[in-house]
Amino acid sequence: MRSFEYFEPKTIGEASALLSQYGGEAELLGGGTDLIIGMKDRALTPKYVISLEHVPGIEGIRYDDCDGLWVGAMTNMRAIERSSIVRKRYTALAEGAEEVGSIQIRNLATLGGNIAHGSPAADTAAALLVLDAQVNIANGEVERTVPIADFFLGPGKTVLQTGEILTGFSMPPRSANSGSQYLKHKIRQVMDLAFVGVAASVSLNNGTAADTKIGLAAVAPKPIRATNAEAIITGSSANDEVLQQAAGAAAAQSSPISDLRCTAEHRREIVAALTKETAATAVARAQA
Amino acid sequence: MRKHPISFTVNGDLQELYVEPRKTLLAVIRDTIGLTGTKEGCSTGDCGACTVIVDGEPVTSCMMLAVSANGKEVTTIEGISSPEQLHPVQQAFLEKGGYQCGFCTPGFIMAAKALLDDNPNIPEDEMRHALGGNICRCTGYTKIVEAVLSAAETMRANA
Repeated sequence: MRSFEYFEPKTIGEASALLSQYGGEAELLGGGTDLIIGMKDRALTPKYVISLEHVPGIEGIRYDDCDGLWVGAMTNMRAIERSSIVRKRYTALAEGAEEVGSIQIRNLATLGGNIAHGSPAADTAAALLVLDAQVNIANGEVERTVPIADFFLGPGKTVLQTGEILTGFSMPPRSANSGSQYLKHKIRQVMDLAFVGVAASVSLNNGTAADTKIGLAAVAPKPIRATNAEAIITGSSANDEVLQQAAGAAAAQSSPISDLRCTAEHRREIVAALTKETAATAVARAQA
Repeated sequence: MRKHPISFTVNGDLQELYVEPRKTLLAVIRDTIGLTGTKEGCSTGDCGACTVIVDGEPVTSCMMLAVSANGKEVTTIEGISSPEQLHPVQQAFLEKGGYQCGFCTPGFIMAAKALLDDNPNIPEDEMRHALGGNICRCTGYTKIVEAVLSAAETMRANA
């Protein structure tokens, strides 16, 4: 690993000022699980590393019935998967977090890091999409909030501007008659990247699917919502026939690539299968 | 490059060091402090050989900068037994033969210890999944699993 100058700012403002000052020569350190590996193989050679570990107010999980859930960007995956409120009401997010790496990695890796890199395959991205997350962004002077669906621009590209720092995620409250699930297709049970990741969220109103969201990861240049599939399920009884139709719509809306992991055609089939399964599970959890 | 002062405990001993920011916790434990029980396998977080316990939670020490350990409590394989008595997980690995070449063993033991400290009643399938971040190229895992199950039994009895 090449040498670098290391900073431990104590406020977002300080961190942002350093980021602005050093621009492309600086990297932020969150959990470090991507950054340190990148620096070891020289894919990343920052001259300046700015740690976020000592910045207060960007770590932790808060919930109340009015404001919903807030998860700080520096919260690690293990804390998220262990949170009882996340598990109960924001289930897909807990399931996304626990798909990342191993326990040892999840004790380091942060939610902010998983999203800020703009990976189309990020395990928590599909969940955040269906849970209607708002991304909190700050630069020390101004704070802004961007819906997660607008946050990703393409592979490795997000709306974050120079000097801006992702500080957390807000998600609206969820009623007891809502349910969600994230499923990841992989060959190894642990320590694998997603071939395809699908999340679904459904809330029921008198047996009808009122609010339905489907999120897809690893099958487009960025994590996307399968809006056509959502429209088919919304307002329906979400029976087998409807879900089958929605599965086809989700597959059609995806635009996967073929690579060494599998072909685009195979990925589309998996999108269909997981869309049907996650939507059915979300409905069942909403009824439970 | 400018060194940074850090202060943390390793196996209960206070360490006050000046470290290069690019040094991983693993490198400082092995090369600076001289505790070589913690192993460097893949260096990319995939194999788990470098597992240590930081503030009660297992982490891959090859993926953590030493500066990030400032103020924390680190436990390595050297810190879980006394001269008189092995830790139950160590004892079980010995009795069940949960190793061959031994290179992955410290990481496995630290991961298993953290897991069983958290929940000594963990079902076997969940335990196998939870140890998925540790790789062994010799044993085929059967005896490792037997060792962890046996250690869990001992730890439940001692609880």
